[in-house]
Amino acid sequence: MPDASFERFRTKAEAVSAEVHSFPGDAEAMAFIRAFVEGAGGPAVYAPGPFLEANGGPGPDVEVTQAEAAAAAVGVSEFDWALADTGTLVQDATDPRQRLVSTLPPIHLAIIRGDRLLPGLGSLLDRVKPERASYLAFVTGPSRTADIERVLTIGVHGPARLVIVHVEGGRA
Amino acid sequence: MTVDFKDSIQEALANPNLRGALGRFSEAYRVSRAKAYEGLDFEAIRDQVKAVKANAAGRLDEMAARFQAAAEAKGAKVVRLSSPAEVKAYILALAKERGVRSIVKSKSMASEEIHLNKHLEAEGIQVFETDLGEWIIQLAHQTPSHMVMPAIHMTKEEVADVFSQEVEPGQSPDIPRLVKFAREKLRSRFLEADMGISGANIAVAETGSLVLVTNEGNARLVSTLPRIHVALVGIEKLVENFRDVEPILTALPRNATAQLLTSYVSVITGLTPGPEGKDKELHIVLMDNKRSEMAADPRFKEALQCIRCASCLNVCPVYRLVGGHVFGKVYTGGIGTILTAWFDELKKSDEIQSLCIQCGACNDVCPGKIHISDLILEIRRRLVKEQGQGVAAKAIFKVVNNRRVFHSMLRAASLAQKPFAKGGFIRHLPFFLGDMTKFRSLPAIAEKPLRDTIRRIPQPESGEKAAFYAGCLIDFAYPEMGEAVVKILNKAGIQVLFPEGQTCCGAPARYSGAYETAAGNARDNIKAMLEGDPKWVVSACPTCTVALKEDFESTFTSLGMEGEIGGARRLSERVIDFSTLVKRLVDEGRLTFREGEELEKVTYHDSCHLKRTLHAQQPPRELLGKAGFTLEEMFEADICCGMGGSYSLKLPEISAPMLERKLDCIEKTGAASVAMDCPGCVMQIRGGMDKRGGKVKVEHTANKLLDRLT
Repeated sequence: MPDASFERFRTKAEAVSAEVHSFPGDAEAMAFIRAFVEGAGGPAVYAPGPFLEANGGPGPDVEVTQAEAAAAAVGVSEFDWALADTGTLVQDATDPRQRLVSTLPPIHLAIIRGDRLLPGLGSLLDRVKPERASYLAFVTGPSRTADIERVLTIGVHGPARLVIVHVEGGRA
Repeated sequence: MTVDFKDSIQEALANPNLRGALGRFSEAYRVSRAKAYEGLDFEAIRDQVKAVKANAAGRLDEMAARFQAAAEAKGAKVVRLSSPAEVKAYILALAKERGVRSIVKSKSMASEEIHLNKHLEAEGIQVFETDLGEWIIQLAHQTPSHMVMPAIHMTKEEVADVFSQEVEPGQSPDIPRLVKFAREKLRSRFLEADMGISGANIAVAETGSLVLVTNEGNARLVSTLPRIHVALVGIEKLVENFRDVEPILTALPRNATAQLLTSYVSVITGLTPGPEGKDKELHIVLMDNKRSEMAADPRFKEALQCIRCASCLNVCPVYRLVGGHVFGKVYTGGIGTILTAWFDELKKSDEIQSLCIQCGACNDVCPGKIHISDLILEIRRRLVKEQGQGVAAKAIFKVVNNRRVFHSMLRAASLAQKPFAKGGFIRHLPFFLGDMTKFRSLPAIAEKPLRDTIRRIPQPESGEKAAFYAGCLIDFAYPEMGEAVVKILNKAGIQVLFPEGQTCCGAPARYSGAYETAAGNARDNIKAMLEGDPKWVVSACPTCTVALKEDFESTFTSLGMEGEIGGARRLSERVIDFSTLVKRLVDEGRLTFREGEELEKVTYHDSCHLKRTLHAQQPPRELLGKAGFTLEEMFEADICCGMGGSYSLKLPEISAPMLERKLDCIEKTGAASVAMDCPGCVMQIRGGMDKRGGKVKVEHTANKLLDRLT
């Protein structure tokens, strides 16, 4: 039975052109990620995170340079919270690798665990301490502009695709 | 108004791209903004925005000091500078010292305010705007025409031309391709830049955090890739606590672009590591540039509650006709006029402030609850004080201020107009007066003013008296409206007094900044209208009602005439607009409608003062419904018809297209008649309908109701 607030998150995220995929467990999610990266048509860059580490992905020492991120077809990273009201993903992106993989490649694949879902902005602001996270990053859909004739165009300086992998439940 | 300025208005109006783009946007904006607020209480949110912004604005110095301490504790370097020259010198010196050759910028209105790019480029440093709209106008050597969408005035063809000329020949006017081109060209600039300059949407004193809101993702790159990050922040961006971020982040994207949240929000607190893993340099410039002076001004302090969403532009019926290059300088539209007067100088706002028609649409959507149109009026007043009133206006106000002269001139005009008047209209006027009748017919001045004809209506003796305040238009052009009001009140058993001493309500003088004249009118009217101790002072003109109810006191306050305020308040308590009073009498069972037949389809036009100051948009609609009319709402019923009192005489070129839109909206409903509560709107709309040969009858609500009441 899908979580009601996840459905809200999905609706809001899809409304701003994010692609949302939900999986019952780690194995299914990881299989999707591997296949997706394989088919992305170019190199992938990864930022470290507990899901990837626990599922045979890159560990905490994974290296990402600016040049690698700029040349990659897809960047993969994990998020700390999701906000149902706005379809937003939030992470502590103080580690620059988190920002490089999510800003420079044309596709950003973002992993979020089901137990990280919050109702909205207010509950997030109650939880985060900016003193402890120097760079908090909120992502709501892919990069967009309407600066020419108010025509919505996806993918300016950031990724043109935001692929969200939702893993039901919490950490195994 | 200079000839150049008039020319720039004409040029903007003649530009079909501009009007098409802005017109379509403003129509879509109202709908999409409402959708973005679905399930939320906008009034509650803006109360919170106002509270957190006003709290900080009242203690700017303390907030800046706390911000500095918190951000510096986290390794940032914070400087507090006052003038644009100091800010420019600081950033230039920093760039030179660090060997900076190229800079990427994300959108910063503060940097536009001080013309930072020009200063840096003059010293041989390359500066690249990276927000697409900002990059386009940088390449085109223009200023932003909108605070959120800087290049909204340009077509894709124009953008392609600019790219072809300034970057690489052969660009086609295909929007996705143009966007891709910008991504590719600017990508190497991001990767190579030595310094990134950003603004900030919010600065949190408690934590020293900067909040950056973007859609394109450029602020993330500007703040991540180059080895130095400079954030240029106007001190009005300060809020006290981290929790204060919530209402602003709730309102800003919804009001600015009708989004629930922008694609990206970054909260940066102190030093962050760059791509190599080493901490980057972070310099935060807190810029004052007159903001402290603004905070010390009791009237303008509230302007610091602005969160730069630009919704005041998006709903402005004048902005959507002329755009930001006419209506604004660096900052544009309603709030832009106020910011120009302060950050630049008062007299720089002289021409742009004159564009405001005082409809108040901006006040309704402002998430900071700023009374934008009132502040523009205050600018007007200060300009008149500083520069004096024009000679012609002075002469007119002298007449208006002398009741006897004014009234005898109007009577004389009734005779003088005879050669031009036909069927109650003046359709052509000779010579320089011709502009006034080019786009609408004017009402003929009545042969007998209401003050004469009203004597023919016998009054019941009653303990309940209402003094009728006619106002100039009803008195001298539309006495039949006044007669309808009197007869309706009589039906409820109310005795109507018509104080002879009543004179012009002073609105024309006040809206032209001539407060002394307005104060004179106020004093005369207070004395006249309170004579005979009426229970009600009723008016069928919303502008007059607002003048009597609110403006008298405000005019006295502005002029420091404290001794007069008591009288203004005594009058204010009794003042009520026609429809609100009649609705009350119907609810009390003192007035009843005839039973029976289905009446024609009617549409209703909201007059600005009735809806936005008196909040009385419902009573006339309910009355028309109860009277048996079928109400068919028009599109944009509450958008100004372009009358604006003397505005339509000063700026007929803007008044006319506003009227055209209104007439189109009315005709599209298929209604047989259009009702409204303001004789000024009747003058404009009836005159326009006559000029275009339209079939829709234009009437005051009082005239629509009279025969329906038993």
